[in-house]
Amino acid sequence: MIANYGYRDGSGEYYVTIDTALCVECVGRWCVEACPERLFEIEMDDYDDEVVAIAPTARKLLKERCAGCKPTGGHVGLPCISACRPGAISHSW
Amino acid sequence: MTKETQEFWRWSEKNWRAPGLDWRDASVVAAGIDVGSVSSQAVILVDGELFAYHSTRTGSNSPDSAKRTLAGAMEGTGMTLDDVNHIVGTGYGRVNVPFANRAITEIACHARGANFMIGPTVRTILDMGGQDCKVIRCDEKGKVQNFIMNDKCAAGTGRGMEVIADTLGVSVEDIGRRSFEIDEEPAPVSNVCTVFAKSEATALLKVGWSINRVLAAYCAAMAERVAGLIDRLGMEPDFFITGGIAKNAGVVVRIERLVGRRAVPLPEDTNFDPQIAGALGAALFADALYRKEQRVAAAR
Ligand code: SF4
Ligand code: SF4
Repeated sequence: MIANYGYRDGSGEYYVTIDTALCVECVGRWCVEACPERLFEIEMDDYDDEVVAIAPTARKLLKERCAGCKPTGGHVGLPCISACRPGAISHSW
Repeated sequence: MTKETQEFWRWSEKNWRAPGLDWRDASVVAAGIDVGSVSSQAVILVDGELFAYHSTRTGSNSPDSAKRTLAGAMEGTGMTLDDVNHIVGTGYGRVNVPFANRAITEIACHARGANFMIGPTVRTILDMGGQDCKVIRCDEKGKVQNFIMNDKCAAGTGRGMEVIADTLGVSVEDIGRRSFEIDEEPAPVSNVCTVFAKSEATALLKVGWSINRVLAAYCAAMAERVAGLIDRLGMEPDFFITGGIAKNAGVVVRIERLVGRRAVPLPEDTNFDPQIAGALGAALFADALYRKEQRVAAAR
């Protein structure tokens, strides 16, 4: 499943996308430790696969929580994307 | 009722039962309960067939709302909680359905419910709920492949519509029709955020806009927001809309214009309601989970 979390505002679209099919086989769960905001959580999805998801409490707060990883936050390369070896994570900004 | 005390956001509650179907003859009774932020629904399936559903407003307490809506669906059938083999809770309050055997996200439930209502041709589902809005892409079995959730704002949601209804003194159920009773389509309001929309609506009335014109501008703004989400995920037909706003033509028709495609209507000979998609999907999961449990137990 491709899960998109994020928002759109006047300045553009800001989505973090996870291809959870890749998480099923992932042994490292590198994203969990890598995200400075600890936004990734391991969960059993609705079809009984163990995958990661953005924590439910953070889903509607990505504007604030991911701010440090935006171009304006001075980041080059996102910690979550760099850490995920299977290449499951992408972003829209 | 005086104008001051009338509640314009109140929509009609709904209760439906399959004529001539007796649950006592069934081998599997499964229920799905969708506790949303604005409304709650319960669906009961007997041997995989739609038997009853009920829809009500969510109260301040999720477990109570879950109980109330399930009791509503069972009312007059002689069925009690003990007669239900398996229950799945979904929606924003899904973890607070005390008697559920499992909680499943509304994303998976809406896809499964839409697949049951329309059939395997449904590939894109727009769920316009009380407090958020999601676009879901699924396969021919109703399994989720891709989804997107909107941001934190209540824009494009049932709650947002209720605020506008209240501000303008128009019943929620009349918004769609009235939003088309205008001379020409106005530009969408600039702010769909419920907090600002209220003051913007009041300001527009003050400068001489008719109520219908304000409604049109607000519906258009909501449609624009939602169409942006659909664009992001990509639209593959058939396209179906679930949730309370599916019944608001003022928003639906404007979304259809923006995405350039009509949403599939519910077949006329069915008794489905787009608002029960989540609870129906949950009941289908409950039915399947119970059968799986039985198979596993039999194999032991
Ligand atoms: S590191 Fe990548 S593949 Fe592994 S769990 Fe996290 S997102 Fe999934
Ligand atoms: S963009 Fe930054 S804050 Fe957001 S999920 Fe990735 S690592 Fe975490």
